[in-house]
Amino acid sequence: MDREWFEGRVIGLLDELLGAALRLAKNRHDAEDLVAETVTKAWANRRSLKDAERFRPWIFRILTNAFLSECRKRAARPTADVAVDDAGETDASFSLFEELHQPFLLWWSNPEKEFLNKLLREDLERAVDALPETFRTVVVLAELEGLAYGEIAGILGVPVGTVRSRLARARGQLQKALWVHAQEAGLTRPARKPVEVSHEASEDDRV
Amino acid sequence: MKPVKTIGCDEALKHLLEYLDQELGAAKHREVEHHIEVCRSCFSRTEFEQRLKNRLRDAGRESSGESFEERIKTLLRRF
Ligand SMILES: [Zn+2]
Repeated sequence: MDREWFEGRVIGLLDELLGAALRLAKNRHDAEDLVAETVTKAWANRRSLKDAERFRPWIFRILTNAFLSECRKRAARPTADVAVDDAGETDASFSLFEELHQPFLLWWSNPEKEFLNKLLREDLERAVDALPETFRTVVVLAELEGLAYGEIAGILGVPVGTVRSRLARARGQLQKALWVHAQEAGLTRPARKPVEVSHEASEDDRV
Repeated sequence: MKPVKTIGCDEALKHLLEYLDQELGAAKHREVEHHIEVCRSCFSRTEFEQRLKNRLRDAGRESSGESFEERIKTLLRRF
């Protein structure tokens, strides 16, 4: 591997590497150190990259592993989040859309779209940061960096089926966190129920 | 080509995120795609999920800034 080629690829991916590192490490200082460590390790192990086309998943694998081994060192818990695959079962079915969607509103009103327009990047970052480490990792790799499930399975050393189920649960939790936050921040209008007028009673009820 | 199997909303929604991730097999992908084309409610849901995905994708990029880029370039020059 040519040093200049390597430099070009690293600089080209720097914003993405830093973006992933920031959501994993949750602070800018540790994120920058993580990227620097990743670049150093990647160069040292450059011969393990068999196919230059695979540079992106390859360097994200190095970044993720560097992060996870740092976590294990710090927390001194060799099997972090071991129970997580059993957790969040119910969250997998949570749908932000269904919470927001109000089919009885007039057709030009679009609360889902309005919600996304009001949602700040900061809101999304906070929701990702709140996920447990195992779910956060899979969301960072799949959603933020757009890696394929097979690539993520290779990075994490788990079967593709595990990636699918973790991602489903992580997304449910993420959407739930966004929903809770949105309500607290007043991003959603109070659910407007259709005025229920019973035709029989309406005459008597009129004030 | 075989005609696309018709699926219902539940089946389409179950596979929607994997559909958007391009992670479904060709036959299932076509089934979901076809359902979204003919179902207004699932179409809206798909639009929403895609927009949310786009927002998350944006959050995956953090401006490195000159000083950090310089730090990495200095590091690279030592290789
Ligand atoms: Zn439908």
